[in-house]
Amino acid sequence: MVRPSLLEGPGADMAPRYGREQKCNCRVERVMTTTTATQLPADWRDFFALTKPRVMSLVVFTGLCGMIAAPGHIHPVLGFTAILCIAMGAGGAAALNQWWEADLDAGMKRTAGRPLPQGRMDRTSARDFGVGLSAASVLLMGLAIGWLAGVILAVSIFYYSVVYTIWLKPRTPQNIVIGGGAGAFPPLIGWVAVTGDITLMPVLLFAIIFFWTPPHFWALALFVKSDYAKVGIPMMPVVAGEASTRKQILAYSVLLLPLSASPWFIGGTGAVYGIAALALSALFLALSVPVAFRRKAGDEDSMKPEKRLFAYSVFYLFALFAALVADRLLSVQGII
Amino acid sequence: MNMTPEEQAEFTRRRKGRNFVVAGLLLAFVVLFFFITIVRIGGAQ
Repeated sequence: MVRPSLLEGPGADMAPRYGREQKCNCRVERVMTTTTATQLPADWRDFFALTKPRVMSLVVFTGLCGMIAAPGHIHPVLGFTAILCIAMGAGGAAALNQWWEADLDAGMKRTAGRPLPQGRMDRTSARDFGVGLSAASVLLMGLAIGWLAGVILAVSIFYYSVVYTIWLKPRTPQNIVIGGGAGAFPPLIGWVAVTGDITLMPVLLFAIIFFWTPPHFWALALFVKSDYAKVGIPMMPVVAGEASTRKQILAYSVLLLPLSASPWFIGGTGAVYGIAALALSALFLALSVPVAFRRKAGDEDSMKPEKRLFAYSVFYLFALFAALVADRLLSVQGII
Repeated sequence: MNMTPEEQAEFTRRRKGRNFVVAGLLLAFVVLFFFITIVRIGGAQ
């Protein structure tokens, strides 16, 4: 695996044009192809794709929900700015993730179509775009909203792009467990943008996403296992095996049931959220059971239970945070 | 760098597209900073 640091120097910019780097020490060949290839600038749509817009939509949604659920008021202009900063930070971190993993992405079917492995953009542009977007998001958050929110945003970007992408992901099958914290920051940031301090409620929202991430991602990893194995990423199904992964999915789903309802238990939300959380988490658990006690039937196994759990896990998070917002709005209106 | 006419046209199209997007973003940020300043000076939170 060739890391970006090894691709610096003449020809580095053009290296991604040829997809995954080969271990051939073919420096001369690379430089020659650099000079002969036409250096077209990347299209703006490729920069947009670099921000992982689909992931960003979930990040923006949970950040917005954290903001709405927080006690207090924020001016709409500042609220919009805070959400914009969260989106920019997520986009910057995603760009840095793709800059670092361009060679790995090229080896996986799910990610091979991204701008860097496709050669539609040079690696340096992706890195600079990621750093610029991340720095701008933190500065804007700090100046316009507050430095506590700005610092948490900076920590979340560092957590995703360095702690998860560079450090944990290639080293340990627990990468998703610890790295899941990166995706758990948005509601915390949204909450802090309104209140200016950290209390138990936003920490619980953080914990919910933290414990939701492993079963969500491992369900995906079960049916794209061969891809991860091919590029040497030690995802749980690759290292610990399918049986262990399936049991752990169930364990996290069991934990998620009381945890998701804990904001209700501590009096931070009303019954609308509490009942919705229990119902949604019970269904999550019910869908995890067939995944946990199932054996893959063979190569032609369509992995339907795993795909169903993955799809539901995305819906689960949207629905859970939508219930949080509904509960808060109904409470503010005096309906409950 | 030698480019064919097709490559030159594509180069120009992409550069123009990027310039328009950057201009639009800069303009949007100017407007956003204006409103942030008004809100912050007004003491709203």
